[in-house]
Amino acid sequence: MAKKTTLIDLQFGKSDPATPICAKHDNKPDALLEILHDVQHELGHVPETSLPAIAHALNLSRAEVYGVATFYHDFHLKPTGKHHLKLCSAEACQSMGGRDLVAAVEKFLNVKMGQTTSDGLITLEATYCLGLCASAPSMMFDNKPMARVNADTVKSIVEGLRA
Amino acid sequence: MIKIYVPRDSSAKAVGADEVAKAIAVEAVTQNISIQIIRNSSRGMAWLETFVEVETSKGRVGYGPIEAGDVKRLFAAKFYEGGKHQLAHGLVDELPYLKNQERLTFARAGITDPVSLGDYISHGGFEGLKKALVMTGAAIVAEVTESGLRGRGGAAFPTGIKWKTVHDTKADQKYVCCNADEGDSGTFADRMVMEGDPFMLIEGMTIAGLASGATKGFIYIRSEYPDAIATMKEAIGIATAEKWLGNNIQSTDHSFTLEVRRGAGAYICGEETAMLESLEGKRGMVRAKPPIPALVGLFGEPTIINNVLSFAAVPFILAKGSTAYKNYGMGRSRGTLPFQLAGNIKQGGLVEKAFGITLRTLINDFGGGTFTGRKLRAVQVGGPLGSYLPESQLDLPMDYETFAANAAMVGHGGLVVFDDSVDMAAQARFAMEFCAIESCGKCTPCRIGSTRGAETIDKIVAGIDRDANLILLEDLCQTMTDGSLCAMGGLTPMPVMSAVKHFPEDFDKPARLQAAE
Repeated sequence: MAKKTTLIDLQFGKSDPATPICAKHDNKPDALLEILHDVQHELGHVPETSLPAIAHALNLSRAEVYGVATFYHDFHLKPTGKHHLKLCSAEACQSMGGRDLVAAVEKFLNVKMGQTTSDGLITLEATYCLGLCASAPSMMFDNKPMARVNADTVKSIVEGLRA
Repeated sequence: MIKIYVPRDSSAKAVGADEVAKAIAVEAVTQNISIQIIRNSSRGMAWLETFVEVETSKGRVGYGPIEAGDVKRLFAAKFYEGGKHQLAHGLVDELPYLKNQERLTFARAGITDPVSLGDYISHGGFEGLKKALVMTGAAIVAEVTESGLRGRGGAAFPTGIKWKTVHDTKADQKYVCCNADEGDSGTFADRMVMEGDPFMLIEGMTIAGLASGATKGFIYIRSEYPDAIATMKEAIGIATAEKWLGNNIQSTDHSFTLEVRRGAGAYICGEETAMLESLEGKRGMVRAKPPIPALVGLFGEPTIINNVLSFAAVPFILAKGSTAYKNYGMGRSRGTLPFQLAGNIKQGGLVEKAFGITLRTLINDFGGGTFTGRKLRAVQVGGPLGSYLPESQLDLPMDYETFAANAAMVGHGGLVVFDDSVDMAAQARFAMEFCAIESCGKCTPCRIGSTRGAETIDKIVAGIDRDANLILLEDLCQTMTDGSLCAMGGLTPMPVMSAVKHFPEDFDKPARLQAAE
């Protein structure tokens, strides 16, 4: 008997970690951002290898999923540091010395915005407003908003992590 | 039992409120004092956070700014009985900062526990919705129209007219979408509503649903607001369990469900059509208008889109009547606006006042001047797309039309104060840079213009063909204003040209070639 073939590979992406996350969101294409957030939360980044599985589950083209994953600043297609430090770089924080803070932290961590420290501990990123503009400058360490910060705040966090 | 209030707003948590609450709890156990700690919303006096309040027979007494290390001394001063301490501020209701405000939307700010439905209802919550449940959609729309409420997100479009369009359009499914992508620097009122009084937003959106015939709503919250997302989700769960949301609200025939969606760090998704695309799971690309979202919105259906503050104003309007709201304000700007004092300011925070108040009153009387004590040089009003105003324009009354006539905008009511150490050419460059980073890329003036704008400002600062490049910059700004698809590219020239106009000396300094790095 000839082997039955179909044009659609029904097993496609079954073993990909993103597939059950899509199922949790009922494979709804409008939940794509939520799905990408959840994938990143679970895996630390959104692996490019998972994009075809997500596309398959949501019945979207790979291009569409890739387009969304690369449009939004939050999503990282490559692995990042263990911790995320987001420094607010918007106007209210600028008015309180935000630019100097960014320069000091870049120097201290020896990275530029968007880069990860050589020990893989911290990814430094810019963010544009955390809504803490009356207590500027502000930053977000992992998911914790912090206000009225200075270079020493960052130093003590990092030294605590490295200790 | 002594009631002690420690705010849970992220402006308090960001300066250690959780640690303060913990230290108070520990110390109370150590000293064997029976207390109850309530995590209330914030009063909106950011410079006093963490602002701890104690209930006394005369009213609540406030202490701030408190850090965990101050707690032992607070106990020594018997703060739990309202005792004297150098960080004590007396009766909270008597503080001029609060007493001189007109808080309609923020009436419960700092007073209630955000996720206590009982607190909400005992402080006037759901009065508006109760009335709306027995009104026709048309009658609700008429009440909102009559109030004069205009879109608080910045565009100031009359809310009632938008609602009427959706009400009058026939469709099987309509939607209500709340734009909570509060990305403008210097604004945090939306965040404070969501973290501090989430049921009010639920109530406002539900009323919008009743008015228009929409049965499904989405709140699009930016990912930079993790606390707001968590609080809104919790409140929606509570409201649904208590039948204030879902099918047959309070045993009536009306139904309305709400869902929170997270943004992903794209400023452009605060533009309403880009937000719709994002809610549909797509790239946040701006849609061409027409058709307007009120006719063809989310998933192609008629959709009410309003800012958090617009929805939040509605419960008051329904509960107290449109006249009560309309009586505040000036000209065609009716009601109150929660102003947000931010940046280099001594007493930053939230000041809800009727339209017509001047910038000077807000900054000097409420704000107490600059944080650094240096001379004020510029104020950016209305977010990153708003104008930089010089000291000489501080007497302008906050009114949509007055600001528009002065090439500025009220926007979302955010004020960012800068002292005289600011370099206005750098601020102008940043406006272009920000537009280049955040542009969705759909239209050319915004996508390319922003990058060319930053380059042109670099040349001006470096002293290369300065006069010619200033003319080029102005020309480029005109093209962006006229040719951009949405406000991102269309309004970026506002901060740029206002900086050039009001602070020309910053573009005419000796060349700083070396600063170009």
